[in-house]
Amino acid sequence: MPRSAALEAELAMQACGRRPEHLLQMLIRLQEVFGHLPPEALTRLAAVLGLPRARIEGVAGFYSFLHTRPVGRYRLLFPDNIIDRMLGVPRLMDRICRNLWIEPGLLSEDGLVSADTTSCIGMGDQGPSMLVNGRSLTALDDARADALCERIRAGEPLSAWPAEWFAVADNIRRRDMLLSAPPVPGEALAAAQARGRAAWLDEMHASGLRGRGGAGFATARKWQACRDAAGERRVVVCNADEGEPGTFKDRVLLTRMADAVFEGMTLAAWAVGADQGFLYLRGEYRYLRAPLQAVLEARRSAGLLGHHIRGVDGFDFDIEIHLGAGAYVCGEESALLESLEGRRGTPRIRPPFPVTHGYLGRPTVVNNVETLAACCLVAIHGGAWFAGHGSAASSGSKLLSVSGDVARPGVYEYPFGVRVREVLDDAGAVDTLAVQLGGAAGIMLAEHEFDRRIGFEDLPTAGALMVFDGRRDPFEVAANFVRFFAHESCGFCTPCRVGTQLLAGYMDKLAAGNGSFRDLADIEWLDRLLKNASHCGLGSSAPNPVIDGLRNFRPAFERRLKNADFQPAFDLDKALERARQMTGRDDAEAHLDNSPERP
Amino acid sequence: MSGEAKLKVATVSLAGCFGCHMSLLDMDERIIELLEHVEFERSPLTDIKRVGRCDIGLIEGGVCNAENVQVLREFRRCCHTLVALGACAVNGGLPAQRNHLDVGQCLQAVYLSRQGLAGGRVPDDPELPLPLDKVHPVHEVVRIDYFLPGCPPSGELIFTFLSDLIRGRSPRLGHPALRYD
Amino acid sequence: MMETAHFLLDGVAVPFAEGQTILEAARAAGRYIPHLCWHPDFPPHGSCKLCIVAVGGRHLSACATPAVDGAVVASDVPEINAERRALLQMLFVEGNHFCPSCEKSGLCQLQALASELGMTTPRFNHFYPDRPVDASHPDVLLDFNRCIYCELCVRASRDQDGKSVFALTNRGIHKHLVVNAESGRLGDTDFAADDVAAGICPVGVILRKRVGFAVPIGSRTYDTRPISAVSMDREEP
Repeated sequence: MPRSAALEAELAMQACGRRPEHLLQMLIRLQEVFGHLPPEALTRLAAVLGLPRARIEGVAGFYSFLHTRPVGRYRLLFPDNIIDRMLGVPRLMDRICRNLWIEPGLLSEDGLVSADTTSCIGMGDQGPSMLVNGRSLTALDDARADALCERIRAGEPLSAWPAEWFAVADNIRRRDMLLSAPPVPGEALAAAQARGRAAWLDEMHASGLRGRGGAGFATARKWQACRDAAGERRVVVCNADEGEPGTFKDRVLLTRMADAVFEGMTLAAWAVGADQGFLYLRGEYRYLRAPLQAVLEARRSAGLLGHHIRGVDGFDFDIEIHLGAGAYVCGEESALLESLEGRRGTPRIRPPFPVTHGYLGRPTVVNNVETLAACCLVAIHGGAWFAGHGSAASSGSKLLSVSGDVARPGVYEYPFGVRVREVLDDAGAVDTLAVQLGGAAGIMLAEHEFDRRIGFEDLPTAGALMVFDGRRDPFEVAANFVRFFAHESCGFCTPCRVGTQLLAGYMDKLAAGNGSFRDLADIEWLDRLLKNASHCGLGSSAPNPVIDGLRNFRPAFERRLKNADFQPAFDLDKALERARQMTGRDDAEAHLDNSPERP
Repeated sequence: MSGEAKLKVATVSLAGCFGCHMSLLDMDERIIELLEHVEFERSPLTDIKRVGRCDIGLIEGGVCNAENVQVLREFRRCCHTLVALGACAVNGGLPAQRNHLDVGQCLQAVYLSRQGLAGGRVPDDPELPLPLDKVHPVHEVVRIDYFLPGCPPSGELIFTFLSDLIRGRSPRLGHPALRYD
Repeated sequence: MMETAHFLLDGVAVPFAEGQTILEAARAAGRYIPHLCWHPDFPPHGSCKLCIVAVGGRHLSACATPAVDGAVVASDVPEINAERRALLQMLFVEGNHFCPSCEKSGLCQLQALASELGMTTPRFNHFYPDRPVDASHPDVLLDFNRCIYCELCVRASRDQDGKSVFALTNRGIHKHLVVNAESGRLGDTDFAADDVAAGICPVGVILRKRVGFAVPIGSRTYDTRPISAVSMDREEP
């Protein structure tokens, strides 16, 4: 007999704490039990938490992985990043849906299974992949697809499925300073503490370490601003919401070097005087939560977290793992903080910045996974040593997630300053037409730019490097990213909410072969609006794929145009279809030519 | 301006109520002044049915059926400058408020399931234009050069607007002349 | 030489006090900057982006950007007004804005701003969303077709009425207003027609019943005076 929603709401609260900032975690937990979030559970949660129900409904509706309507007992999600599409995921999705007699987006009549697409799940190096009930399945092929359909039909629990189906390989292809020597737990902390708190921050200044999330803000300056900000109870947040399409290097760091990441957080806490830490883990990486919890537990046992860390009086710091639930925008640091507080992931107005007004208004440092791991190197080897690596304005190394048309997809670590061409050669890329650097929000490079260097001086990047060879269509790549942004827009500001949708509409129109020259002018106007007027980086990055596409691959756009100054966006003849059905007419007057230019 | 060849103006009402045409007449005696500079080609005002080469075309109403599409395209082909006249031409207006309904169900409700209808059927005479699934403003079907919103735009505003076009001056609309109701 | 800190707004010096935003300072100096989601009784929201201004090459929300001494701010200039018109066009095509049949016509800030900024066409393709109205409340009607997501009702109900009747759910283009009831009906909330939130909607979503079309055309708020003038007196239409 199913337990009541009220009871489950209680249990979720007990499991997650009773504070409003745990709302998202409670909703995730509730959904684990019910499969979706029934209306009465939201009502109950509102009553017990003392929150307006509408606010809870607002949060539940924001995240792609939360469902306010019933979904299948097996929920199949197929990633539709351009890399996944190139790997054949749409074909496998079609095969599985036909096998199971289901339609994407709809729940099967027996409630057994539902299927849909989702944004990049961070498995671009794993062959065709998908999520089943939130778990990553990798290296899909026809045989595995058919076999999983059998198991679904038999109602077999995921725990009984072959473990190798869920195997995620690290695929580390090139090691440099960070990946070649994972520190012993406590080693970096000991080194920093030996220097003393102020001297440790000086060391960070000397290292020149800049944020690996893409923006490249000097980490030490961020820490110092947080340390010097007025306010109590500072917070350190690790941004593990690795949502940029085509990136997966944080996944590997969290798998291989979780200790270094947590130690980096602890080093940050020591520098700024924080006592509370969060790792915000994207929902797609939920399978990493348990092993990460185990690492945290081991660190507590070893005296590396908790009270009196390494015996130092007054050094208290611990880390909680919070899960995301399918929202790319939460990678933006102020949206991430909103999400951590159990709200909709809407980016905040800045200033004030998180270093002064962050989590619950407290001074907060938000750093990327890779940045925090690199801090350990600074602590162990010193700032000067670190600054001696890489290039002048980009010290240290960069992890790149390489996927697409390469022989060896995976994680590559290089000193900053490496040329794009060298990465392509190492990864076994042949006949490369285009490189998308930095994910959908990044930059699309053509062959004449492959000698440019990765680093803040020339090509800053969070590390996604997607490769497209001569078989690919740059227009399709750009259109895929544009649709991604339309799907992921939080909808807060007018230009992004509507503009990404309009832009996707124009790309669809061109894709259907209905483009006109006027549409290109409209697209360029929308690009400008999104760049100028958006509230946050998602909106201002959204036109990048089109801007670069039109800059480097204009013919790929132009060949989609009809030689017309105007072409309607909708199919005029199809718009008469319903009336034809109702009247039974099929005469000449019951049709419209979609291209009046033609005789 | 006198002595020059008159500009040819065509007008049509698509999915509209003829209110904009009424407004056109509502400029009263100034239509005489206007007629010194323009002559009306195809228009409900002249009852000329085919449109020849024109300088200016005024379109009232949105696009709700196949015939509207054909007529609008003919206007686009024949008119040098095409103007969307009034709220319905500009954003679909009142007829577009059916857009959230299924047009098949509308036909069903009107011709098949309405009370008092016995043995009704949806008319299928090829003379009757088929309705589109949605009503569209004219700029979604052809290129439009100028827009004059209002439900209807006043006769005075239409006069000023046309005068601007005749003199080769960009029409400038703002508060209080520019209105949407 | 100026005594107080000031910035230049379209070439004219505007003094400001520490902590004032560009929009607040401009308003205090009698200079109007267009806006929809901003309201003098609430902290800046920054979602509509109509108050966009150019500051040293960057386009920023005047409502959320602190005034800086010596800044050069461009607002009522062709480039910025063109972007504002495009933002208005976006708001017009994403919803269903049929002014002739809307009882808020003549009292609507979206419409008034479009008129003042010379928006003659929605330009883009219409989305024509399907958004049923909620007439369940005895005194107030909700017509979601016109929502511009300014969240003024959300904020007013939460911060001034202490009720939190409204919230936004979903995201992106699917974002929409919900009310604080499991049924989803306004009639099942504690909303009242004399709530602050009932009178704050800048467009025609929240409408008091039985008073529509009471003011004759020609005498409505924005019939005679442009929003740039009306807005300087008070916020509610």
